[in-house]
Amino acid sequence: MGFFTDTSVCIGCKACEVACKEWNLVPEDGLDFTAMSFDNSGGLGADTWRHVAFIEQRAPIGVQETGVGRPEGAPDPVDLGMPSFEPPGASADGDATGEFRWLMSSDVCKHCTHAACLDVCPTGSLFRTEYGTVVVQEDICNGCGYCVPACPYGVIGQREDDGRVFKCTLCYDRLGAGMEPACAKACPTDSIQFGDLDELRERADERLRGLHEAGVGSAQLYGRDPGDGVGGDGAFFLLLDEPEVYGLPPDPVVTTRDLPSMWRHAAVAAGALLAGITATFLGRRR
Amino acid sequence: MNTSDVTKEGIRGARPGREAVTGADSALGGQRRERPADDGGGRGSEFGTYYDRPVLNRITWRPRDIAGYLFLGGLAGASSALAAGADLTGRPGLARPLRYTALAAVTGSLAALVNDLGRPDRFLHMLRVMKWTSPMSVGTWILVCYGPLAGAAAASQATGVLPGAGRLAGLGAGAVGPAVSAYTAPLICNTAVPAWHEGYREMPFVFVGSGAAAAGGMGMITAPVGQAGPARRAGAAGAAVENAALAVMERRMGMVAEPYRTGRSGTLMRAAKALTIGGAVGALAGRRSRAVSAIAGAALIAGSACTRFGVFAAGQASVADPRYTVVPQRRRLRDREQAAQQEE
Repeated sequence: MGFFTDTSVCIGCKACEVACKEWNLVPEDGLDFTAMSFDNSGGLGADTWRHVAFIEQRAPIGVQETGVGRPEGAPDPVDLGMPSFEPPGASADGDATGEFRWLMSSDVCKHCTHAACLDVCPTGSLFRTEYGTVVVQEDICNGCGYCVPACPYGVIGQREDDGRVFKCTLCYDRLGAGMEPACAKACPTDSIQFGDLDELRERADERLRGLHEAGVGSAQLYGRDPGDGVGGDGAFFLLLDEPEVYGLPPDPVVTTRDLPSMWRHAAVAAGALLAGITATFLGRRR
Repeated sequence: MNTSDVTKEGIRGARPGREAVTGADSALGGQRRERPADDGGGRGSEFGTYYDRPVLNRITWRPRDIAGYLFLGGLAGASSALAAGADLTGRPGLARPLRYTALAAVTGSLAALVNDLGRPDRFLHMLRVMKWTSPMSVGTWILVCYGPLAGAAAASQATGVLPGAGRLAGLGAGAVGPAVSAYTAPLICNTAVPAWHEGYREMPFVFVGSGAAAAGGMGMITAPVGQAGPARRAGAAGAAVENAALAVMERRMGMVAEPYRTGRSGTLMRAAKALTIGGAVGALAGRRSRAVSAIAGAALIAGSACTRFGVFAAGQASVADPRYTVVPQRRRLRDREQAAQQEE
């Protein structure tokens, strides 16, 4: 089971953030706006399991279109005075006027097929559930913090006053009761869709085709490919720009892919140390 | 569950809202214009970011604990190996202090490791499992083997009880010691931290070199010059291996190696280089003088510590700047796309 988050219909309402906090009893971690956008949760961490990113762009496809074409002979879009880095009218070269688009995207733990956090956990507190998701068993976690730098997406975090790590569980408890996760339940536009991954991938492909046919060339799926560096994400996305613009790594690779090679190099180094120390005792006594 | 179904004919029963088309060109009268090259929103020519916020989460390890743990573990492992050799070749003046050093260092490193846990009282949860995919798990078991051996060797040395068993334990610790020094490289390289992961081939050699330099330095401080020959050679060779491996690593890493040259981590790495090279020269040049040997030994130990703290700080710096995460991945993607195009 997993999520397909279609960011092209996200309206940035943060219902998912609120529903997640409410259901999972995630503590409050500050409501400070980042002073860059309407984003007031900053990024994923121990106390933010759903994070809505807001990206403001002056891009030439800024008509937030609801499928209704603009009538013939209608006036060009006007500058709405959207937030910008220069005073209003400064960039009035005609091209940039009124051309503004607002990308919103609800980010979440990706529940990777090859999950680095699960691989590096030395206590076995991170485990793979019967739904194929990745969950922290909180009564086992000893707060070593190894999973935090291991995650290529910057999802899992350590709660300071508690010491343990926390992340999205894909509402493990709700799934057990036959309900869908709280964020998907709360999403008013069906931007967050929950279901069987195969079905969601079909859905996503169809949606992508539709958007490309409508001329939205920048639309792309992220984390859908089971052949990528993490074996495909359990929570994948439809984005309208490059992943890094949303704060996502463009080509994440699970760190343990290189681990066999790391062990080999370390074994050679350990052997070299033993041989080198032995060599220091050879020769005449000085 | 969603109320709609995926059928052979397409999606049935979806809410109309989901069909919304964002920025369709039909709305623009079919006039699709070129995108502006740079809108100032963090969209550089090479890469974009989300308001320059880091992609990866901040490393929660405390430098004093974990970098200290890397340093002490390296010192302990190499000291045990050096002490075992000294014991076998009849250099009691070198073996004794190094056995004590090994016990003190492994105790300190374990204390640092446990202290850094969010829940130190749950340290024993490490012993529930043995996972090859987790260098921390493997390292815990290596330390479980090594600690008692190093402890028994030092205890027997100090009390004179069971000297035979003590010597045997010392040899065992000498055999396991190099693993203690080397495993910490996979420990930090098996992460998404660019400045660590990208150097995983050379890091083990940096760390064993650094450990040998520190153990050699300790031998030079504590042993009479007549018996400290192996310690001097180990210190000088360790410093040489460490610096050579670092040079290779930085060249291979490319732009991700910047934190090793800039900022606080760069300062630490430069200090480490000066101290280890100075200490190595002093070890070879001052082999007749106890005073010069002791000063050179102290420089080697300090250099080893600077290396570990510098590597740790470089990792932190490479996480804090999204460039080091995004640019290499973006280039990798671009290369793959170009390769795919050439095949067509």
